[in-house]
Amino acid sequence: MQLTETLDIQAIRADFPILNQEINGRKLVYFDNAATTQKPTSVIETITHYYNFDNANIHRGIHTLAERATRDFEASREAIRDFLGASSIEEIIFTSGTTQGINLVASTFGRKFIKEGDEIIISGMEHHSNIVPWQMLCEENGIKLKVIPVTDLGELDMEAYANMLSEKVKLVSVNHVSNSLGTINPVKEIIDLAHSFGAKVLIDGAQATSHLNIDVQALDADFYVFSAHKLYGPTGIGVLYGKKDILNAMPPYMGGGEMIKDVTFEKTTYNELPYKFEAGTPNIADVVALKTALEYIAFHGKENIAAHEDMLLQYATEQLSEIEGLKIIGQAKEKISVVSFVMDGIHHQDIGVLLDNQGVAVRTGHHCTQPLMQRFNILGTSRASFAVYNTVEEIDRLVAGLHKVKKMLL
Amino acid sequence: MTINESQDEIIEEFELFDDWADKYEYIIDLGKKLKGLPEEQKTEDNIIKGCQSRVWLNARKEDESLVFEADSEAIIVKGLVNMLIRVLSGHTPQEIAKADLYFMEKIGMSQHLAQTRSNGLASMVKQMKNYAIAYSLKN
Ligand SMILES: Cc1ncc(COP(=O)(O)O)c(C=O)c1O
Repeated sequence: MQLTETLDIQAIRADFPILNQEINGRKLVYFDNAATTQKPTSVIETITHYYNFDNANIHRGIHTLAERATRDFEASREAIRDFLGASSIEEIIFTSGTTQGINLVASTFGRKFIKEGDEIIISGMEHHSNIVPWQMLCEENGIKLKVIPVTDLGELDMEAYANMLSEKVKLVSVNHVSNSLGTINPVKEIIDLAHSFGAKVLIDGAQATSHLNIDVQALDADFYVFSAHKLYGPTGIGVLYGKKDILNAMPPYMGGGEMIKDVTFEKTTYNELPYKFEAGTPNIADVVALKTALEYIAFHGKENIAAHEDMLLQYATEQLSEIEGLKIIGQAKEKISVVSFVMDGIHHQDIGVLLDNQGVAVRTGHHCTQPLMQRFNILGTSRASFAVYNTVEEIDRLVAGLHKVKKMLL
Repeated sequence: MTINESQDEIIEEFELFDDWADKYEYIIDLGKKLKGLPEEQKTEDNIIKGCQSRVWLNARKEDESLVFEADSEAIIVKGLVNMLIRVLSGHTPQEIAKADLYFMEKIGMSQHLAQTRSNGLASMVKQMKNYAIAYSLKN
């Protein structure tokens, strides 16, 4: 039995039925957690329970099922408020995921408050979903997009960032944690600096929420977005946190049911927060199941999970570094459990195919961060990312797998 | 040799392997043996973009037949490309256009032709067929 301080990893593994299968004749090793984590039985059961017993449209009906569905939906909003350390449920907007959260802010806050001649700052290690919406806005409105450079270690060049700031900058949008490198960015410092110039800050928390404790008030973030599927929750659901006064000042995103107060053909008045930004019937079952995912994390304790993942990161970094010709891309001091690497003379796709044949699932490619790959002069990497259910023995399988890859290819 | 005779020959060759690693070692070897394309022919016009790796395809007419040359950054894709060229290259556009490529499935490599692999291979096969259709219409 493998114990990390207080966690019984074998018991945790039993909570994830998908892990118990063979791929190409070998026990599955799932190291693609930064793309999406697997789901515990409790989350899966919440979804089936919802459809078996509670399904109804929310906020509208007065019958018992509608009441139950609404109660559970709103209970999830409250759980997320607590999870993020937000002050009010009015600040918790459900979205389809990180991507939609960023697009919502670009389309509403961006269109209303960022004008020609203004500037937006992003970083060189952003996911395409935190690049393209801003590019689209910039092209539309004559706004300038500036990019914080990335150092050789895979950290943000904070000096360059400080020099980029001015009164012209209206928004800074950066990730809390890089999906390609694992770097934990100094978001508190980034936010404080931006605020000193009057700029608002959006934090893309897609990779952070399953590893770090988040406190949006302590960070003083203006917006914080994340996806449920990267923290043991369902796909297709995510959250936009926004400060209440800013959300109130923003125009609505989509028009439709739920987001209105009164509709006449002459004039429509909009609903209050958070409903103003939630047009149409939402993804109720998955919202409800997100709460179960948060409970799963809370049950084991984020600190315990982080400690286990840190141990895995350290072990993997040591073991992989010993493979000749292998180079780890992203050697920041502060990292979550992501190891991206390249191997001399071997294309990452060949690594991916040959590892898959050995039952080891890693991600290969540019990880939706093409500009970052260009920064490091590479076409892509192979990336192993660890979650609470991963083990040292699995890392040994990866290392053995890579030796086999080398033997076959070189 | 007809297209189907080449396919059957490859299927027979693969029957010798009972282990995944042997199969892939053979494909890797084919990848290394593929002549590929000189740098100057790896142009934007010839590129078939996959998310994971790029494939370059060049087609030309020699007498009555269509000749393909191709290259890729990834060696396994290159090995598969080698087999596709062995099967299709040197046949008439009409033959290529109506060819049924069953060998990939038979040798257990059909997953590499799936779009999800994003390796450009599926698009390459489509492009080979497109060339064949275009040339057969010309005549
Ligand atoms: C840092 C980062 N931002 C944004 C996203 C996009 O998340 P989603 O596809 O769930 O909207 C991801 C997911 O890959 C990510 O890792």
